[in-house]
Amino acid sequence: MKEYQTITEISGPLVFVETDEPIGYDEMVEIETPSGETRRGQVLEAASDHVAIQVFEGTDGIDRDSSVRFLGETLKMPVTEDLLGRVLDGSGQPIDGGPDIVPDERHDIIGAAINPTAREYPEEFIQTGVSAIDGMNTLVRGQKLPIFSASGLPHNDLALQIARQATVPEEAADEDEEESEFAVVFGAMGITAEEANEFMDDFERTGALERSVVFMNLADDPAVERTITPRLVLTTAEYLAFEKDYHVLVILTDMTNYCEALREIGAAREEVPGRRGYPGYMYTDLAELYERAGRIDGRDGSVTQIPILTMPGDDETHPIPDLTGYITEGQIYIDRDLQSQGISPPINVLPSLSRLMDDGIGEGLTRADHADVSDQLYAAYAEGEDLRDLVNIVGREALSESDNKYLDFAERFETEFVDQGFTTDRDIDETLDIAWDLLSMLPRSELNRIGEDLLDEHYTGDEEQEPVEATAD
Amino acid sequence: MSQATQEQTVSDDGVIESVSGPVVTATDLQARMNDVVYVGEEGLMGEVIEIEGNITTIQVYEETSAVSPGEPVTNTGEPLTVDLGPGMLDTIYDGVQRPLDVLESQMGAFLDRGVDAPGIDLEKEWEFTPTVEVGEEVGPGDVVGTVDETISIEHKVLVPPDFEGGAVESVEDGSFTVTEAVVTLDSGEEVTMHQEWPVREARPTVEKQTPTTPLVSGQRILDGLFPLAKGGTAAIPGPFGSGKTVTQQSLAKFADADIVVYVGCGERGNEMTEVIDDFPELPDPQTGNPLMARTCLIANTSNMPVAARESCVYTGITIAEYYRDMGYDVALMADSTSRWAEAMREISSRLEEMPGEEGYPAYLAARLSAFYERAGYFENVNGTEGSVSVIGAVSPPGGDFSEPVTQNTLRIVKTFWALDADLAERRHFPAINWDESYSLYRSQLDPWFENEIAADWSETRQWAIDTLDEESELQEIVQLVGKDALPEDQQLTLEVARYLREAWLQQNAFHDVDRYCPPEKTYQILTAIKAFNDEAFEALDAGVPVDEITSIDAAPQLNRIATTPDEETEEFVTDLTEEIANQLQEQY
Repeated sequence: MKEYQTITEISGPLVFVETDEPIGYDEMVEIETPSGETRRGQVLEAASDHVAIQVFEGTDGIDRDSSVRFLGETLKMPVTEDLLGRVLDGSGQPIDGGPDIVPDERHDIIGAAINPTAREYPEEFIQTGVSAIDGMNTLVRGQKLPIFSASGLPHNDLALQIARQATVPEEAADEDEEESEFAVVFGAMGITAEEANEFMDDFERTGALERSVVFMNLADDPAVERTITPRLVLTTAEYLAFEKDYHVLVILTDMTNYCEALREIGAAREEVPGRRGYPGYMYTDLAELYERAGRIDGRDGSVTQIPILTMPGDDETHPIPDLTGYITEGQIYIDRDLQSQGISPPINVLPSLSRLMDDGIGEGLTRADHADVSDQLYAAYAEGEDLRDLVNIVGREALSESDNKYLDFAERFETEFVDQGFTTDRDIDETLDIAWDLLSMLPRSELNRIGEDLLDEHYTGDEEQEPVEATAD
Repeated sequence: MSQATQEQTVSDDGVIESVSGPVVTATDLQARMNDVVYVGEEGLMGEVIEIEGNITTIQVYEETSAVSPGEPVTNTGEPLTVDLGPGMLDTIYDGVQRPLDVLESQMGAFLDRGVDAPGIDLEKEWEFTPTVEVGEEVGPGDVVGTVDETISIEHKVLVPPDFEGGAVESVEDGSFTVTEAVVTLDSGEEVTMHQEWPVREARPTVEKQTPTTPLVSGQRILDGLFPLAKGGTAAIPGPFGSGKTVTQQSLAKFADADIVVYVGCGERGNEMTEVIDDFPELPDPQTGNPLMARTCLIANTSNMPVAARESCVYTGITIAEYYRDMGYDVALMADSTSRWAEAMREISSRLEEMPGEEGYPAYLAARLSAFYERAGYFENVNGTEGSVSVIGAVSPPGGDFSEPVTQNTLRIVKTFWALDADLAERRHFPAINWDESYSLYRSQLDPWFENEIAADWSETRQWAIDTLDEESELQEIVQLVGKDALPEDQQLTLEVARYLREAWLQQNAFHDVDRYCPPEKTYQILTAIKAFNDEAFEALDAGVPVDEITSIDAAPQLNRIATTPDEETEEFVTDLTEEIANQLQEQY
């Protein structure tokens, strides 16, 4: 093992060391401080006579006499099925007082990209029991669907609700002969101890902990450690999914803290900053995380990701949500207005989107009317929302009867369809039936996104009393 | 470019000096700019991007973890090239033309590094049919024979453009691998079915011509309002979730090009998988054969190495030019050019170059325009005509079109399809904003549409544009006072414009019938709406209240034309216009 006492510079999270032999890029490093503490780090830049090291646990207490050991390998995560039920810190050390982890294998935490030809296209519906998601932004196995939230909004409650309620309904599950088990891998990056307790309490109360692996990097833990936490999480998830056949749901919170840590390292390295000071390679870096969701041909497990991020200043054009949206397969927006109206979960469906929805729904997967109903709900709710602006100016009386119907629809859509609380678990039939109930308020001729046969089957509105003669045939 | 096809040249090896992500510097390497080198013990592929004194900077196309200073760097002495020959269609490559299915069989589901595979199968035998005879004079670019590459495409074997040419000395007929000579010339040159070409250099042509035929896309808003020419360039910018990829894929599926090269540059893995799954199943609307038989896919997903993302658009366009040289019309989709620009920015910042706007390198505009200039309708060296159309998606941060990549792209391309988040939110797809978009090809393509589809094509289109323009003006008033405060004729215009939007501009990419709309049908729907418009205004003049006009039963049927099977459309439209006329005339 190579050991040096040749630190030349310490700056923020970075330590520069002179070396006389070649050190590999990304190699792991241990630094022993004069007081005997050991810090771990990673080589960020390797030159023939010096290296730059990023220290995960903070550089305080390190001085120029500290000794630096290069371990000759890149960072590995010890993986085993026994990790289920365990709580680890942000760099993978157990903090639950349990026994040491005896790894079956050690995996490189920089995951290799999945070959697109080896992927299986995700199309298995996951029922989250949340109408706004199941009905209109359907989640499927192997998808990455982030929650775009902001400070003070209940994104954690929603994430917990999804983790608790997520199932694959019977019909879809029949295809697999032996059903693979669900597991949750939870990665906390820079969340407060209180939030962490909230998650842990819920996991323990519902018994979810025994099928979970929890990684905790709290707000007062070193920021740099946050850059490896999600990689440990995903390495564990991939192991469980692709080698142990689990259907893994990965929850990462809060990606904003992760990106702040990236910026901190970038600034310490004096890199040329990109937008708002974030490094220019942030897109690539985030993609290396998010793209580790998916399914692989011939393997039973899957990795489904729900990253959570808080948009600084509720600004969706901020680089963090912006770059995330370009990589992930949709997004779920948590909305401050809906929250203040007391609607929970306060999901704003209009800007929300699930890109993989079209292939995961319909006859045999969910229900034949699902796609049309979802489209129509979007169109009608958007129309109602538009009219609300107008009402503020001209008042309700000035609007036509049909416009008033749309306004009522938007109102009921929020209070009946979206507002279900964090404990109600609705199956997909229930969700769609509520949708039909709402759509039947509108004249049949207005429902132009829905096929005639489906209207015949499900539409319950009173066609005779409509002001508009609405027999479209 | 591949080790397998690379003859071992004299190696002027160097030694790694430093490693920082995809950027590696080496000392003592005798290399020219853009030479391909193999880095480290594992032989990771890279390209020389800077030479300063004894220090050579290399961008590496693979992940560089654990590579350390002191490891060797081998120079191939050749720039980054692609292998050209039969077998490229129905294949999926990564950004440096390694076939992904071969990589999967070599290293499993995850992409490992340091593995190489030739771009075309060197072992496979193809049935070569000569088209020249002994004694015939052939020059660079000339066709010497054909190979049935796929069920749809006849691959023409060309004399490489850098050959001298001469009289044919011998010619073979039968099954050969791509490395065996099929024609020998008296100049001593041997023509095989395989050639190489450096990706950063355009293949030679005689001249660029003005394109006059449209690339029919089967998308109503594109063919109807903002057509693209064969050999034209288009940009599709839009914020995330506005449907860039769906639009690009619809074009790849339905555009009437002979060959489609689809470059997934820094985008999602699952999206590429969808293309790989769908294309072999879907029929090409022109030939009925599987779409994959005319398609070459290049997939460099966002988590694959960043340097290969920079090169993948060049790999794509070089393949496109090769098929153009055979006289084919080729369409290249690049999704997304912003990722390519960001790859440039990332490499540039690692080189510590002085940044231009928003951190992008100062040569961004030059690189973009050089790329788009490789599109066009050309007279080829061998006298045939062929085209390369380029459609580039742009992903502007925050959906803000004033950012450098969008702006620099708009200065070059002649068609602009602006995607709009508002339209996407109300599920109006394709979410192409008709106020902001434009096509500068309209006037040069009108004669084609007027000859092939309908003599009043451009007039009818102008009517649609005027109506939509009027609607956007009226909408501003409606926002203030409500619809009922408008005069009756304006209310009727709003109703007609609504049908234009819902029955004509909207198109469902996931509906079996609606996803492809031939230009005839695009015209039929438009005339049906116009017929409604004319009858309705007549009824209004005759004193029928606007509410009664808009509430006739038959009008909402306009929305159903799009999903009516193509062969029934004509009858459906005739019946419907008659029904509308009857119902309206009954009112007065």
